[in-house]
Amino acid sequence: MDATFTYSSAELMIINAARLLCDGDVVFVGVGQPNLACNLAKRTHAPNLVMIYEAGVIGAEPARLPLSIGDPTLVSGSLSVVSMYDIFALYLQRGNVDVGFMGGAQIDRYGNLNATIIGGDYTQPKVRLPGSGGSQEIAAWANRCYIMTPHQKRRFPEKVDFLTSAGFLDGEGGRQRAGLRGSGPVTVLTDIGLLEPDERGELVLTALHPGKTVGMARENTGWDLKVASQLRTTEPVTEKELRILRQELDPTGIYLGSE
Amino acid sequence: MPKLTPLSEAISAHVHDGDTVYAAGFTHLIPFAAGHEIIRQGKRDLTLARATPDLIYDQMIAAGCARKLVFSYMGNPGVGSLRIARSELEAGRLEWEEYSHFGMISRLQAGAAGLPFMPMKQTAATDLERANPQIRRITDPYGGPDLITVPALNPDVAVVHVQRADSEGNAHLWGIIGEQKEVAFAAKRVILTAEEIVPEATIRSDPNRTLIPGVVVTAVCHVPHASHPSYAQGYYDRDNEFYLRWDAISKSAEMTRAWLDEWVYGLKDRDHYWQKLGPEIHERLKVAPRPSAPVDYGQY
Repeated sequence: MDATFTYSSAELMIINAARLLCDGDVVFVGVGQPNLACNLAKRTHAPNLVMIYEAGVIGAEPARLPLSIGDPTLVSGSLSVVSMYDIFALYLQRGNVDVGFMGGAQIDRYGNLNATIIGGDYTQPKVRLPGSGGSQEIAAWANRCYIMTPHQKRRFPEKVDFLTSAGFLDGEGGRQRAGLRGSGPVTVLTDIGLLEPDERGELVLTALHPGKTVGMARENTGWDLKVASQLRTTEPVTEKELRILRQELDPTGIYLGSE
Repeated sequence: MPKLTPLSEAISAHVHDGDTVYAAGFTHLIPFAAGHEIIRQGKRDLTLARATPDLIYDQMIAAGCARKLVFSYMGNPGVGSLRIARSELEAGRLEWEEYSHFGMISRLQAGAAGLPFMPMKQTAATDLERANPQIRRITDPYGGPDLITVPALNPDVAVVHVQRADSEGNAHLWGIIGEQKEVAFAAKRVILTAEEIVPEATIRSDPNRTLIPGVVVTAVCHVPHASHPSYAQGYYDRDNEFYLRWDAISKSAEMTRAWLDEWVYGLKDRDHYWQKLGPEIHERLKVAPRPSAPVDYGQY
């Protein structure tokens, strides 16, 4: 392999997210980067991945890059299409989803997510964001969640301005006390490395991507980020993974840019 | 009044100032033609309810139709911010009521089933519970953990677009079926627009595909291409370029006004709009066929 080949932060996160998926997982997929991660996993180590989209599509096999959560390419050739009530009730609430992909404007020390407002208060927000959509239910009811986000201080505050979707709430035992399913946000993937919860539900740095440093991660986190005693380095991105992403999945680079 | 009627007459007869309106469709089959007709007729003080307000409500808000927005995801799908709804809301000029997707859809499910509310399992998203007093908790009468409840939503009028319907409003739809069925049963009046009006025999040839029965439909309108820039599965594709373009248009109040003048107020109806889009866009949105294998209901 050419040692000098380069990749974007988005490609790095997508490739690492793909590697976390297991063959046979039922995944609640979002458009953009999570969609690419799932399709990459399906084309490599997880051919039996079942992709579910919030719009009500089960077992999608998109023939082109979907550009919205309700892209018609998700429907054609899928296993099943159900109503929105059914996707949330029968699939999520009932516990038939293994993995949920999440994003958000803010992620805090305990993996809680904010996609609602920044600054001010709810009735007079400084910045109004789109809101929950399905993320409140995905976070609560999927068996495990992955969060993908660029590693920036403003995105990692000590505490979210608004709790849109539950991570580990106030720490150890929070999810159980609130009656939630599943193990919550088990991995946060950034362009610097991976954060995972410790036994108290606090996100700690457990892995760095090649060439990234602990200092970079700590500088870009809004709380005093702890470092796991067994800090790992993620496997280098391979030429094959990049080729599938660039040539097969997103040939015009819509979601593979620099962020 | 016969059910099969021009869209302008249906909107005039069944949408009133102050109504709660639900324009159905999760990304798919969004009834833009009806939205534009509501704008043209200058309806005011509407409460606009939709899980994803999408461009249709951004345009109706820009045109001054709305007093209040009820939603669960206020973004431009696949693009980013829904600029006009967002800025009106940030400026305090638009009232709003917010749920999660499941909360919003559970409200319709309750409304459709004639129930006062719908229970849901807890999600621990307590900030939204505090922000919206309509989201409440009840004790499970069978001894389980507390449940969340949301109140039934029974819109005054639902607007639903479908691929095909007969003149009584018995409607076939396929592809992403979002909340069309639930909203049609929940609403007090239903305006149905259809890509095609077909004989009753076509509907009867595939009854499992009839998600909306004529008995709940108030008016039926033949409006081909009613969903552009959204799409109709198997008929035409989503116009993603327009969703991107709206992001630029909606940055400026002047550009938005100019767009509404040119594409809504300046046009008579959807046929006019489709012609104005022109052959290049028609060609870009064309879809190759991919029919399902037919099922055999049997002759009994």
